[in-house]
Amino acid sequence: MKQGEIVLDADIQNLARLNAWLDEFTSAGLPPKERGQLELAVEEIFVNIASYAYAPQTGPVVVRGKVMDTPSASIELIFMDEGRPFDPLAREDPPTDVALKDRAIGGLGIFLVKKIMDEVSYRREAGKNILALRKNLSCQEA
Amino acid sequence: MEIKKEKNGTVLTLALAGRLDAATAPELDACIKQEIAGLTELTLDFAALEYIASAGLRVLLVAEKLMRKQGKMRLVHVNPNVREVLDMTGFLQFLNVEE
Repeated sequence: MKQGEIVLDADIQNLARLNAWLDEFTSAGLPPKERGQLELAVEEIFVNIASYAYAPQTGPVVVRGKVMDTPSASIELIFMDEGRPFDPLAREDPPTDVALKDRAIGGLGIFLVKKIMDEVSYRREAGKNILALRKNLSCQEA
Repeated sequence: MEIKKEKNGTVLTLALAGRLDAATAPELDACIKQEIAGLTELTLDFAALEYIASAGLRVLLVAEKLMRKQGKMRLVHVNPNVREVLDMTGFLQFLNVEE
């Protein structure tokens, strides 16, 4: 099992730093396609937090990662912030069958996260927003 | 992200290099809005675009809607990863994505 953590201010300018951390954290044993997908999911969550949690000010976000190989290979990412209560999952998915021009563009980021990850959950605890993402990984060669 | 412009009368090609994410999407948005007056054709060349996030998709949506009123917009040389994001979100069907 591998664990890691980074703390950064919820600011879009910190996206590159977060990607660098994620890249380093997932470098061993993750195929490029899954790394790309995780990168996208992480960006969408982080940008959400940067937009809503502390706006118009900023504040800290803790991102914790855990790569597990039992019972099967998976990765878990947890985002914690102390901003205003915000459940990004409470919005409805944008309907993809409705003509794009007719549907609101909001919620697209979370929609992508739900498509990419196998489990997404939110809870509010002790004044913190806690968002957990989990993705099962394809079998890795030992 | 780098944006290379090639203009021929009312036809504009923008070649993007790098990532179209929350940090860089505003650049593309500003560039398109700056150039859009009088354009009949806007081509976005994604050959060197490695990655796209929802912030980028929003810019594409706005650009597509604007261009439909005055001409046509298309995406070319889209790599498989970017194509997959477009597909997941329904953008592949909405935008003109050509080879």
